[in-house]
Amino acid sequence: MTPGLGKDLVGLEFLTPEQIRLILDTAEPFKEVSERPIKKVPALRGKTIVNLFFEASTRTRISFEFAEKRLSADTVNVAASGSSVSKGETLVDTAKNLEAMRIDMVVIRHGASGAAQFLGERIRSNVINAGDGKHEHPTQGLLDMLTIRDTLGRIEGVKVCLVGDILHSRVARSNLWGLTKLGAEVAVCGPRTLLPRGIEALGVRVFGRIEEAIDWADVLNVLRLQLERMEKGFIPSLREYYRVFGVTAERLARAPRPLTIMHPGPMNRGVEIDSRVADGPHSVILNQVTNGVAVRMAVLYLLAGGRPELADAAKGTGGAAE
Amino acid sequence: MTRPVLLRQGRVIDPARGTDQVSDVLIQDGKIAAVGPGLGAPDGADVRDVAGAVVAPGLVDVHVHLREPGNEDEETVASGARAAAAGGFTAVCAMPNTDPVTDNQAAVGFILRQSVRAGLARVYPIGAVSVGQRGEQLAEFGEMVGAGAVAVSDDGRPVVSGHLMRTALEYARTFGIPVADHCEEPTLATGGAMHEGLVSARLGLKGIPAAAEEIMVARDILLAELTGGHVHLCHMSTRGSVELIGRAKERGLAVTAEVTPHHLTLTDAACEHYDTQAKMNPPLREAADVEALRLALRDGVIDCVASDHAPHAYDEKEAAFDDAPFGIVGLETAFGVAHTELVRSGILTLPTLLARMSTAPAALFHLPGGSLAPGVAADVCVFDVTTPWTVRPADFHSKSRNTPFAGRDLVGRALLTIVAGRVVHEPSSGTPR
Repeated sequence: MTPGLGKDLVGLEFLTPEQIRLILDTAEPFKEVSERPIKKVPALRGKTIVNLFFEASTRTRISFEFAEKRLSADTVNVAASGSSVSKGETLVDTAKNLEAMRIDMVVIRHGASGAAQFLGERIRSNVINAGDGKHEHPTQGLLDMLTIRDTLGRIEGVKVCLVGDILHSRVARSNLWGLTKLGAEVAVCGPRTLLPRGIEALGVRVFGRIEEAIDWADVLNVLRLQLERMEKGFIPSLREYYRVFGVTAERLARAPRPLTIMHPGPMNRGVEIDSRVADGPHSVILNQVTNGVAVRMAVLYLLAGGRPELADAAKGTGGAAE
Repeated sequence: MTRPVLLRQGRVIDPARGTDQVSDVLIQDGKIAAVGPGLGAPDGADVRDVAGAVVAPGLVDVHVHLREPGNEDEETVASGARAAAAGGFTAVCAMPNTDPVTDNQAAVGFILRQSVRAGLARVYPIGAVSVGQRGEQLAEFGEMVGAGAVAVSDDGRPVVSGHLMRTALEYARTFGIPVADHCEEPTLATGGAMHEGLVSARLGLKGIPAAAEEIMVARDILLAELTGGHVHLCHMSTRGSVELIGRAKERGLAVTAEVTPHHLTLTDAACEHYDTQAKMNPPLREAADVEALRLALRDGVIDCVASDHAPHAYDEKEAAFDDAPFGIVGLETAFGVAHTELVRSGILTLPTLLARMSTAPAALFHLPGGSLAPGVAADVCVFDVTTPWTVRPADFHSKSRNTPFAGRDLVGRALLTIVAGRVVHEPSSGTPR
């Protein structure tokens, strides 16, 4: 019996290793759909999906939208500006209104931690968290894991270091949960002002210096440094951040072995990552983006009740000729 | 003239006199007439057999928010006083963070008038420290005290300015009132939604470190020493604060402190799943803090229990954690929670709990009550301390329902609440005349 995912995907913290593997395995056959001349399969034909984005997003929203369209779902995008949200409607009212329109799924991005769970508890539709505050961004965590598995052939035993602003990062939390569940060793590295106090208790190693992290890791997942962290006094300047914590070609050259370089984007070149590294031979940053669509297709398919063992068949019945 | 009331055969606990024995209590003309065995019933007396129950001074709560004026949909002086009576409280002190702020004699007089009109638990107004609670200019303590204020506080927010706190403590000495401070260093706490710790790290919520409270506790203690004024520290939540207060008391400073039932019983784990009913300020802390607070209450380092009753409309709490307001209602669960978690678990004796919930708070704020001595106003409560009951927010007399204790099985509940000799609450009769 394959375990189901439940109604919603709120975060990786509460998924079992089997459920995470199920999503990653289901994503494999969907990768190929995007390589076809006609990129469409009928798996979610007739399903209505709302992409509810209370925060600006380009990559994640487009990635979800492609995933939905390639599965033949009907989609509607709602952005915070220009909607009832900007007129002061509460999240619970938004939820009830969506419910009243009998939609099948909601993909939500929201600035408040817990917003996806809040919505999921109040509507019958499936809810997928596309990033809630500083909490989780589960599909990003999943696509990062799929990319590591593609690149290194495994996740178990791989040493992954998340670099940068861990304190405010939902990507960091989803990576941390997902990777540790699948047996990877996880570390974080960044200025102490941007690391949650006591994070060691979550089972991660903490590196105060990027050189130590590079010395230890197989994979660096370099997080975006938000400009406002400097304005709010967490770091003195972007310039100094780059000098002390920047992932540079010089620092990587001293590593005992080549490191796989990841970044969830959008990148600040010359702040958290050197262009030569981002564009270098060990960067898998664009593979992450490609995998994002496949992982999201898998999540949508599984939450809609699709049977994982039929994922291959589901995509095969599409219009594209083999 | 109210009927005399004779309470027969109860376990009479009077912390003020240190007595605890089965006895009768006779209430006449609004006062305690006699306490002793085998008292005769005067003509027409309302005679109640309370054998097996506890007869004690009515509870006194020095920290409640009654939302009137301004947010009467959440609570009014009358509904709050009704909830208080249902919880065994005969007197409560209403914080001034109303809309408009209770920062002048007319506003203080209004609260008192509403309280008299309601005729339930007594409601004593607390005036603001600063005009509009803006933390700039001292409010008129003298006129507010003249109108009936029993303390001053900017609760809801801290007195940020050290200078203002100093002058408030000095000026309050003239009137013999405490300055009650909500201890929170704002630059450390701003934007925080819960305790800073592992749970906040996991939930991705901004934490409020324990140091945000402790810095202000330390400052207030130093200013109490400087000025000789009486500082009362509201809703203490950390083990560090307990340590600071303990040292201040050893030095004999006029520093007193309160703790809420929820900080004595819940930890930040209650915020799991983004449960907004567990969102309060100060936030729920860690198990070691709860332990330290319990011992401090037992030992008298913390003087009293206060509910910090903070009603909010149901739909306000129906929001993402960051967006929900701080605070929970507490008047109708305070005694049950404290009795169940502290007395039944053997941390406090029942007389000590009653002292911390009646005699001590009355003394701190110089209020009548907290005693069953013959001749004092008959503010009395009869408690059932054996029958379990379940917290059902829908049954609350408060207008609001925001509690993390919904569904909890508790032991300890008011059977009869008497204010000035008049029965203001008994569960079977619903709303009193």
